[in-house]
Amino acid sequence: MSKYLKSLTIALAASCLTAPVMAEKFGLGRAALPAEIAAWDWDINAMGDGLPVGSGDVLDGEEIFAEKCAACHGDFAEGVDNWPKLAGGADTLDHEDPLKTVGSYWPHLTTAYDYIKRSMPYGNAGTLSDDEVYAIVAYILYSNDLIEEDFVLSNENFMEFKMPNVGGFIVDNRAEAEYAIWSGEPCMTACKDSVAITMRALVLDVTPELDGNTATTAVSATAAPEPAPEPAAPTIDMELAAAGKNVFKKCKSCHQVGEKAKNRSGPVLNGIVGAAAGSVDGFKYSKALRVAAQDGLMWSEVELAAFLAKPKAYLKGTKMSFAGLRKEADQTAVIEYLKTFE
Amino acid sequence: MSNHTVKQPSRRAFLGGAAAIGAGVVTSSAAQAQAADPLIVNPQDWAQSFGDGVDATPYGLPIEYEADVIRRNVEWLTADTVSSINFTPIHALDGTITPQGCAFERHHSGAIDLKKSDYRLMINGLVDTPLVFTYEDLERFPRENHVYFCECAANTGMEWAGAQLNGAQFTHGMIHNMEYTGVPLRLLLQEAGYDTSGKWVFVEGADASSNGRSIPMEKALDDVLVAFKANGEALRKEHGYPVRLVVPGWEGNMWVKWIRRIEVTNEPVESREETSKYTDTLEDGTSRKWTWAMDAKSVVTSPSPQAPITHGQGPLVITGLAWSGNGAITRVDVSRDGGKTWETARLAKPGEKMALTRFYLDVDWDGSEMLLQSRAMDETGYVQPTKAQLREVRGLNSIYHNNCIQTWWVRENGEAENVEVS
Repeated sequence: MSKYLKSLTIALAASCLTAPVMAEKFGLGRAALPAEIAAWDWDINAMGDGLPVGSGDVLDGEEIFAEKCAACHGDFAEGVDNWPKLAGGADTLDHEDPLKTVGSYWPHLTTAYDYIKRSMPYGNAGTLSDDEVYAIVAYILYSNDLIEEDFVLSNENFMEFKMPNVGGFIVDNRAEAEYAIWSGEPCMTACKDSVAITMRALVLDVTPELDGNTATTAVSATAAPEPAPEPAAPTIDMELAAAGKNVFKKCKSCHQVGEKAKNRSGPVLNGIVGAAAGSVDGFKYSKALRVAAQDGLMWSEVELAAFLAKPKAYLKGTKMSFAGLRKEADQTAVIEYLKTFE
Repeated sequence: MSNHTVKQPSRRAFLGGAAAIGAGVVTSSAAQAQAADPLIVNPQDWAQSFGDGVDATPYGLPIEYEADVIRRNVEWLTADTVSSINFTPIHALDGTITPQGCAFERHHSGAIDLKKSDYRLMINGLVDTPLVFTYEDLERFPRENHVYFCECAANTGMEWAGAQLNGAQFTHGMIHNMEYTGVPLRLLLQEAGYDTSGKWVFVEGADASSNGRSIPMEKALDDVLVAFKANGEALRKEHGYPVRLVVPGWEGNMWVKWIRRIEVTNEPVESREETSKYTDTLEDGTSRKWTWAMDAKSVVTSPSPQAPITHGQGPLVITGLAWSGNGAITRVDVSRDGGKTWETARLAKPGEKMALTRFYLDVDWDGSEMLLQSRAMDETGYVQPTKAQLREVRGLNSIYHNNCIQTWWVRENGEAENVEVS
């Protein structure tokens, strides 16, 4: 008997003794059909196993991204508000508050394909074609300055692409780096000479109030899982509102504000910030907006900004033919201006 | 029985009221009470007329006076509530089992509505026969019961850079502890005839996020459960009804809810959830991956910022929770002076593997300030580190796996605050 067989026999004997149920089958379940497996088994591992045949280029990607991704991730993959930033952050991983994006942090490009294909777009997951996913991934690489705009990404060249941070990961080494030091009989008395308070949570004041569910002021300079949004300003910033008046010129052909304002091709915008969507008397809204209004859409500053950034992407079927305010500063300014009209 | 302290009628007096109460109780005792307690000497409605009949509430909720013992969200943490997290009110609970209704929620694409009759679980990949199970199929496998904690790897993550959120619920509430009923994953893999050369299983959920994670085969065959009951009843929708994965001791993100597919593979997928998230960036910019186990950790749940001392000096119960993803808790020490001296607390029950352990330290509080800390030890000999020790090894940018010793500054009036100490 070879050494291998002998040890195998011992192992089998041992397993029979300790776990007699090992080999038992219950005859439960049924065979999965190939079509069923194909419908669910979409994952693509870091070796590229599972990548479908297809291709997409940066320019197509830009268009698809603008339509399907930019409402959250920004036109340039820079991220809107608290939504994930997909671009930027190169060489920041060893800085305070590193910016972790697909370009700066993700070790494998396959992860982007796998995730976008299975889980995106947010709220409409799994609806992108294989070519659309290639194009979006190409656009994200382009947004990270990792490829040129004429690049065509396909299953043929996908695995040749090396992510900048591919070498940036180590397997969990806590056992060696930590467990060895943090063990044994701990100190019980006279463990330190003095104790002083070095930081207080009440000074930072970011804890939600306990009798309501609303957060208090919410600026976090520290390591929260996601960066904190700017807190809503309690009063109107008149300087910003003045800048917004200038931006509003783009809106004036359709929207009026002020005492004598009337509905034109767009509704009167007095009091729009914070108002329920679709609530201006006498204006005939698109079906899309009426549905959104029924679902409880409120024009908070966040919602308005998202709408203004890319109206048609935000609300498919809206009558508003305006292309959108690309710059976040313009969105903020015009919203501030609108706040001056009750 | 006349030597009881007079109880304040409002046991929920919070923060503002605590100071006055603390000052008032110092000398009071029943022997010195000046008037008879009207709650005793006057007949009360509830003692004369009827209460609710049975069936008044076919499925009961906590009485209205407990309405503040609820999950809470920190809105600024995430962009919306569909991909977000909230926190278990651990400051107000006792014992170790977390009621499902207030156990924290973490969704990546919202809590979906999935009927048992629509539920399917597929096992595929490196198996003899890819299989599909219905919910009823799962109920016919031999089941086990186990109590396990489920902790999000980001629990206490906001505290890396400093004392930030003022309450045990917010600093340590991404955790719950339930008794699960389910089928060992091992049995399902055997049923499909898994290839013993397969080193990993990839697991994913039925929700839009799918939240795929790779789990090493050794763990999958060891203690992973495919669970359908928690605390004796069906899982709640927000915890993955009808079926979720239970991965004892390992980070909550791996406990895939609405689990629909398990694939035996040779390689990890390196999915978004195990590369861009749930990896821990160290000071030099390199990041640890596959940091699955939740290291030993503890926190004093009361007194704490949301649970101040309202009774003044005298007998005080200091209590908290301890847990370890690497085995059973063997000991918890408590310090009242910010870590200068420590006393060993009493464990309510001997620690159990990968489950919450309740500890108590019963003291005679002299009304002076305390810097309360707790320090857990587990059966591997591991001692919960201080924040300074953690930072020394990892820097400030590791969002996940913050298991540092927590400090509450308890003032003379009984109020408490989240602080950091030297």
